[in-house]
Amino acid sequence: MLTYTLRRLVLAVPTLIAISFIIFLLLDLAPGDPTAQLPLTIPPEVRQQIRESLGLGEPVHVRYLLWLKQFFLTEPRFALEAITGWDVAPEGASRVISWQTRAPVMDLVIQRLPQTLWVVGLAYVLGVIIALPIGVISAYRQYSAFDQVGTFVSMIGFSVPPFFTGVLAIVIFSVQLGWLPSIYDTTHRVFDWDSFLYQLQQMIMPVMVLALQTTAQISRFMRASMLDNLNQDYVRTARAKGLGERDVVLTHVLRNSMIPVVTVIALGVPGIFGGAIITEQVFKVNGIGQLLITAIQANDVPLVQTLTFIFAVLIVLFNLIADVLYGLLDPRIRYD
Amino acid sequence: MTDRDQPEGFPVHPAPGGRVPDIETGGAVPVDFVQDRPPEAPPRSQWVDVWRQFRSHKGAVAGAAFFIFIVLAVMLGPLIWTIDPTYIDIRARNTGPSLAHPFGADQLGRDMLARMMAGGRTSVAVGMTAMLLALSLGTLIGVLAGFFRSLDGPLMRLTDLFLALPLLPLLLVMVMLFRQTLATNFGPETGIFILIVVAIGLTSWMPTARIVRGDVLAIKEREFVLAARSIGTTNSRLIGRHILPNVLSPIMVSATLGIANAIITESALSFLGLGFPPDFPTWGRLLYDATDYLQQYPERVFWPGLAISLTVLSVNYIGDGLRDALDPRIRGR
Repeated sequence: MLTYTLRRLVLAVPTLIAISFIIFLLLDLAPGDPTAQLPLTIPPEVRQQIRESLGLGEPVHVRYLLWLKQFFLTEPRFALEAITGWDVAPEGASRVISWQTRAPVMDLVIQRLPQTLWVVGLAYVLGVIIALPIGVISAYRQYSAFDQVGTFVSMIGFSVPPFFTGVLAIVIFSVQLGWLPSIYDTTHRVFDWDSFLYQLQQMIMPVMVLALQTTAQISRFMRASMLDNLNQDYVRTARAKGLGERDVVLTHVLRNSMIPVVTVIALGVPGIFGGAIITEQVFKVNGIGQLLITAIQANDVPLVQTLTFIFAVLIVLFNLIADVLYGLLDPRIRYD
Repeated sequence: MTDRDQPEGFPVHPAPGGRVPDIETGGAVPVDFVQDRPPEAPPRSQWVDVWRQFRSHKGAVAGAAFFIFIVLAVMLGPLIWTIDPTYIDIRARNTGPSLAHPFGADQLGRDMLARMMAGGRTSVAVGMTAMLLALSLGTLIGVLAGFFRSLDGPLMRLTDLFLALPLLPLLLVMVMLFRQTLATNFGPETGIFILIVVAIGLTSWMPTARIVRGDVLAIKEREFVLAARSIGTTNSRLIGRHILPNVLSPIMVSATLGIANAIITESALSFLGLGFPPDFPTWGRLLYDATDYLQQYPERVFWPGLAISLTVLSVNYIGDGLRDALDPRIRGR
């Protein structure tokens, strides 16, 4: 198992390098010019100097290697210094700088991360918590009314996009009923009961919209996995030796059914950090997704590159975690 | 032909051969229960069976009916409802549903029904074309990877690589970066259309490729492929005549899911303001434009959103029904 994990880790390196190269090249081929937004009165030679100060004078491979060095060597040391307070950050080393704010990209990411983690992360946890019992009951009572309703609701969760459910929720609960605020106020601080209630109110809609989608997916997986297991021989054995229905389903079947579901849940985690781009846009949550959108619209190449690459790293990492988890949970699947 | 193509209702022989030689008489006297009987029912083709199973799935039938209705409405609707979607009737600005404008009119007085139909035409066209592109790409890569062992490794690494890419951000970046170039080369509408279709196609072929590869790997080892090879069938004929027809069912199921995915992705891009230009409506764009007037005219959000959701829902139900209908283990139960 350990060798397998190590082998996967080693294999992840070329994947990540290839992905970083694709992302870098795609953005580099872009015809956009970062000085295009500046006033027309700036003379061309000054404009050229601005471009060079942004690092655009160098050839592609030099910029690519510099970016890799900044991402993999410089930024982790700054992060380490920020966390532990040790003096490990290299003096005078260049960091990845956003063209928009002229601040290090990582600082922006760290500013935005809490909002995203709260809203999207909470939605994911909630979605999973709701989905598991639904999946179990749907499978146990297959083709019952509960199962039919569950299937229908998850079909809706699959089919109705968040930019419609979100807007619909705003129309109903904010415009018509006036119960909930339609805009997520990130500057809101929780210090007493009332402010906590307000925080709860503004989180309900984005969390519910996102949780619907998670619930739809995970409950389907849970149901299918339970159905696979319910007809197995060991279930009949468990019943035959006189175990109660509760023990059979909740101990024997559920544990075995959770194995694929846990990996599916792990595969969804990078999506939390990626932020729900659309939902954040609908409810004006200024999280990571919103940062990415504004960066794309402002042609802020370093920020977009770094953000997309962070997402890619997370996806690769959690793919690996899911595979290793699968092996750990299911002794029949050991990859050695 | 595989065992999957064995028509039902055709009596299966209890023993191979059908005749048991009689030792005493030397002749072949037919034993009653191993006789070759002519089939009682006329043989049914596989597709009749598939259709029969598909019909028994109520959701799938309703979905198919609704999807056909939507396609007809957006294709033929403009022939009946002849108002130009870009015609500005400034007096009807911001009016609700009326006889002249059944879905109301927008902030410039353009008829919402006409815009809905024009938008639907684009959305459905994008969905179909992007699905076809993703499907052909996925099938090509899946068949190549499954059939040629030397290509399997590299192509599957490529698939894994694409699966590890953060797709929505990349899609946004692609659209943002190349929209201007394509718009100047092909005109604003065709350029964006090509861009969005290609972008969606390039980012959604991977699941199809994986499924097709798995099925091709299994089918490649079957006897009928060996038989075909032994009589000298070339690789291209082998793939076209024997492999592809047998992987058709997973391809068809992922086609329906592909349409749903493409329509949602296009709407999401339009909703983020990175899709089609405002004078060239799609459902996503209409929804996005309507959110600005959410406080005053919330009903304007409703129609495009409902159209997207119902279309995707119907396509998903079709996919669900097809999956059941094309699975020979479920069929006939």
